[in-house]
Amino acid sequence: MPVAVDGSQAKFAEYAHPERLVSTAWLAEHLEDPGLVVVESDEDVLLYETGHIPGAVKVDWHLDLNDPVVRDYVGGAAFARLMGAKGISRDSTIVVYGDKSNWWAAYALWVFRLFGHEDVRLLDGGRDKWIAEDRPLTTDHPTPTPVDYPVVERDDSGIRAFKEDVLAHIGKPLIDIRSPQEYTGERLHMPDYPEEGALRGGHIPTARNVPWARSVCEDGSFRPRAELEAIYGSDGVGLRPEDEVVTYCRIGERSSHTWFVLTYLLGYDAVRNYDGSWTEWGNAVRVPIVAGPEPGMAAVPA
Amino acid sequence: MSDATPADLPETLAGIREDFVALSVADRLQLLLEFANDLPDLPARYADHPELLEPVPECQAPIAFFTEVTPDDEGTPRVQFFASAPPSAPTSRGFAGILAEGLANLTPEQVAAVPGDYPMTLGLAEAVSALRLRGMSALLARAKAQVEQHSRAR
Repeated sequence: MPVAVDGSQAKFAEYAHPERLVSTAWLAEHLEDPGLVVVESDEDVLLYETGHIPGAVKVDWHLDLNDPVVRDYVGGAAFARLMGAKGISRDSTIVVYGDKSNWWAAYALWVFRLFGHEDVRLLDGGRDKWIAEDRPLTTDHPTPTPVDYPVVERDDSGIRAFKEDVLAHIGKPLIDIRSPQEYTGERLHMPDYPEEGALRGGHIPTARNVPWARSVCEDGSFRPRAELEAIYGSDGVGLRPEDEVVTYCRIGERSSHTWFVLTYLLGYDAVRNYDGSWTEWGNAVRVPIVAGPEPGMAAVPA
Repeated sequence: MSDATPADLPETLAGIREDFVALSVADRLQLLLEFANDLPDLPARYADHPELLEPVPECQAPIAFFTEVTPDDEGTPRVQFFASAPPSAPTSRGFAGILAEGLANLTPEQVAAVPGDYPMTLGLAEAVSALRLRGMSALLARAKAQVEQHSRAR
């Protein structure tokens, strides 16, 4: 039995898929709904322990969603164990929220979609907005009753791009959502962030730079649809809804945020996230890069 | 695990390590949270002078620290470590809290001898991931370098 869609927000109704968002006010009223599981997914792994939305379970991108051996996401069996242990059924409605304007929450949502979990939504504004509105937090750890989650193999074909896909994609719309300094190659990592070890600075040839933060307001909630269109559409970087688009960043988390915007808020249906992102591309053998502010050309002359 | 034996470590750092590794992975997170909560506020002389603090860009959160070396009653130089990180960054606060307690009152020579991989030996890789522990390793490395600078300046 799916949980009702948040129909309370005029802003959501404008989006292509309003059912992918819930407001803080809606969530506060629906925390007890049967079939709803709230998931917190943060950059800071300890933040959940300092206080979380009552009843929320924690999913950590690094410890829970990454395979410990292969640089990849977990497989179907491990995902089924994770979801089952968190009390999530295949037909559960999941609301994900997190810190940093939902970077990691969007990333977790994207991984849940790789496994075809249907009803997964983001809390607009994330953890910071919930706290700013003085809504309740608890340090009580929930003890979900384990449920059976089916073993579903991950399907990477629709919304995930690999390095080879991106090589073949150069020249088609590519959105680099890192900071301008990372895009030009002046910096190899975000200002104030750890050096994650790329050998070269720059961007994938022909990629346009749209830092992720342009899609959110001061309070971390998404901008209204018209403003998003102005950034990504014909008045902005010129994406068209029918375009095949690839998004990337440094390790794939900020770009899953932009993937969410393009896919669910603007309704583009062929957007893939390149999770290898710059930590792979900037180190890979025999792939072209472009340094400087211009997107560059598809074929770099020898 | 480190090749360094616990005997090489100053007592406080060895004790912190023993406390962490004795716990289950879930309880290690709780202990890290206690260190985060117990991180002392900056002394007023640094709180009013953020420019004196050294930033740690390797951490995923805005964190900055300062070390002092001052002689004790017997004239032996003793190290103190102070750090500032926001409540929204409890992992970084926890790392800083471990160093604030673990490095307190050591001599500069003892600080210099702390193995650089100490953070990797706390059993936290399973709890917070090895990637995040790089931030703590950077914090320790920068603290050691700053203490050495103090010693050279004396």
